[in-house]
Amino acid sequence: MIKHFIQFEWKQFFRSSYWQKSIGLNILMAFLALYFMLTFLALGISLFPILDDQFPDSDPLLILNGFLFYWFLADLLMRFFLQKLPVMNIKPLLVLPVKRSKILHYVLGKSAVSFFNFLPLFAVIPFGIMLILEEYGTTTAMIWMVTMVIFTLIINFLNIIIESRSAETEFSFLPIVLIASGLFALNYFEIVSFSNLLANGINAIDANPVFILIPLAILGVVYYLNYTFLMKKLYVDGSLKAKTQTASTSDMAWTRRFGTIAPFLQLDLKLLWRNKRPRSSVFILIIGLAYGLFFYPNPVYNGLEWLYVFVGIFVTGIFIINFGQFIPAWDSGYYKLLMSQNIKYKEYLNSKYTLMVMSSIIMFVLSIPYVYFGWKILLVHFAAMVYNVGVNTYIILLAGSFNRKKIDLTQRAAFNYQGTGAVQWLVGFPLLFVPVGLFFAPYKFIGFEAGVAFLIILGAIGIVFHQKIMRFIVTKYLNSKYKMISAFEQDN
Amino acid sequence: MIKATELSKKYGGVTVLNIATLEIPKGQSFGLVGNNGAGKTTFFNLVLDLINPTTGNVVNHKIQVNISEDWKPFTASFIDESFLIGYLTPEEYFYFIGELRGMNKADIDVFLSQFDEIFNDEILKKKKYLRDLSKGNQKKVGIIAALIGNPEVIVLDEPFANLDPTTQIRLKKLLRDLTISTNATLLISSHDLGHVTEVCDRIVVLEKGEIVKDLITSAETLQELETYFSV
Repeated sequence: MIKHFIQFEWKQFFRSSYWQKSIGLNILMAFLALYFMLTFLALGISLFPILDDQFPDSDPLLILNGFLFYWFLADLLMRFFLQKLPVMNIKPLLVLPVKRSKILHYVLGKSAVSFFNFLPLFAVIPFGIMLILEEYGTTTAMIWMVTMVIFTLIINFLNIIIESRSAETEFSFLPIVLIASGLFALNYFEIVSFSNLLANGINAIDANPVFILIPLAILGVVYYLNYTFLMKKLYVDGSLKAKTQTASTSDMAWTRRFGTIAPFLQLDLKLLWRNKRPRSSVFILIIGLAYGLFFYPNPVYNGLEWLYVFVGIFVTGIFIINFGQFIPAWDSGYYKLLMSQNIKYKEYLNSKYTLMVMSSIIMFVLSIPYVYFGWKILLVHFAAMVYNVGVNTYIILLAGSFNRKKIDLTQRAAFNYQGTGAVQWLVGFPLLFVPVGLFFAPYKFIGFEAGVAFLIILGAIGIVFHQKIMRFIVTKYLNSKYKMISAFEQDN
Repeated sequence: MIKATELSKKYGGVTVLNIATLEIPKGQSFGLVGNNGAGKTTFFNLVLDLINPTTGNVVNHKIQVNISEDWKPFTASFIDESFLIGYLTPEEYFYFIGELRGMNKADIDVFLSQFDEIFNDEILKKKKYLRDLSKGNQKKVGIIAALIGNPEVIVLDEPFANLDPTTQIRLKKLLRDLTISTNATLLISSHDLGHVTEVCDRIVVLEKGEIVKDLITSAETLQELETYFSV
């Protein structure tokens, strides 16, 4: 049976129209993976000498164990945002003679072979080899490496629990951010010193291998928790069909002033508010707004004016990146209706454009308090907003005409996490880094004001030529109309 | 009037539809029957420009559908559930379609009031999203929405499937009355030979993409169709 499951997976991946259309993206992902592997490899090889050099009086292994708490916390956070949950189309299997437990073990086992579990090995194994070379004893080194693998798997399954639970709530990523920052704070202010606890634990395992049974038991528990949790979802009335909501209606009269695009604007706003997936792109605005706090108060980044551009584009453009990249896939469920109804493509796309512009302006207004960290920041944020409105929105709309991946809004909760994962953030890269580059050249050779002016001019050009650019984008969409219709009819 | 000329659709060398010529005059209620894979939905998709023809074209009231979009204002359709927007309530969906067809809320409310019988108190004012309605009720919404704004051409793919017997009978009456009172051209397909013969003036039988029979409905038509299909 497992053989069949793996076959299905293989076929699903390679037969989807998404794969065939996005080889470029896949290559990019492969490069990124390679980059991370090499980074981790370099870390693993150089870590021991560095620690030995920096802390000549202490044991490098003990020092590293002291830092593992942060490592695991970072790992958990990274997984939450980047790792895809194991997905399987289980409904057709439920009535076939396949044991439910088998399906679940397969789904969970599949998550264990994720790239994110192999990545740490690139650092762990070279470090382990260094331990052997430095005469810690082969047993200690082996035990340490096995412990690290067990912990990686614990984080893996812990993440699945957290991620699937938070997928069911309205706040998506808020729980994980709260948990992680809570743990970090408790540790940082030494209320509960998790880093010491963890270090002592791992040191104890290194000293006496019998203790390895404890993390092994924890692994068993999180696996079992996952198992029982998913077991409950394996019923058609359990999670596959979620409870019906009572509809709330409002006529949104204020959209009228937008004229011909009003009906589409209303539709988009309802889309955002009534479906879990797009709604999370609204909640993510909070993250976007707080993003500047990572950089601006930190003296390390003081005076790095090109960094303001990055933050500015991110803050005023986070909705554009998150919502925009799934245009027109948000409407894939009823794309045939839109194509056969009395609708002009131009109005449809203009509505999306207006929505993104509004988000950008609102985010700029909300980010005005950052002026506390310097007026230059406000100026750069303004330039970033103009650039987002005049350049990035068009780029993402244009990219949408290559969109061939359906999003099923009606499928909810368990086993449905389409489109989330690392790719989602990857698409944002050019949108974020190109403006930084554009700013940097005049900034370096002329001055700060020239860099800001350049971004504003580029954005203004885009705004002035709005009609022309939209006409161009509309023809692109018209050209790929039939391909989109047929791709959106496929389920995967 | 709808006219298909030299219309064919091939998928990877396999011809799924091949119609030398087919003319549907204005005001006709036109029925399409055929077994699975006969090309019924393909034909409707071509009429609605949802797929690109391999050869030939469809002309809808002098407008070639894959060149201009001007046929859209007077053509309405319901092919399958992908024509519904799941996160809207039925009312909102009707208002949205109405707006696209130049009718305001008040117009739509008046329009909807004539379908109380068909809706059977299960659809309007229920505070439910379309995605939470049963398949049959979804279908009712889709079909009624296709009638909004007095379209001159109405395309319905399998309108009777999934409906309960009472609604089937009411829908048949509705469609018959419609072609008489409005002079709209009606294109439907069905697997139920009884239903098509009751509703349509003319029935075309497709087999493997080709037209094999083209009948003006008479008392003997049902018998003839049943004989044809009982192989």
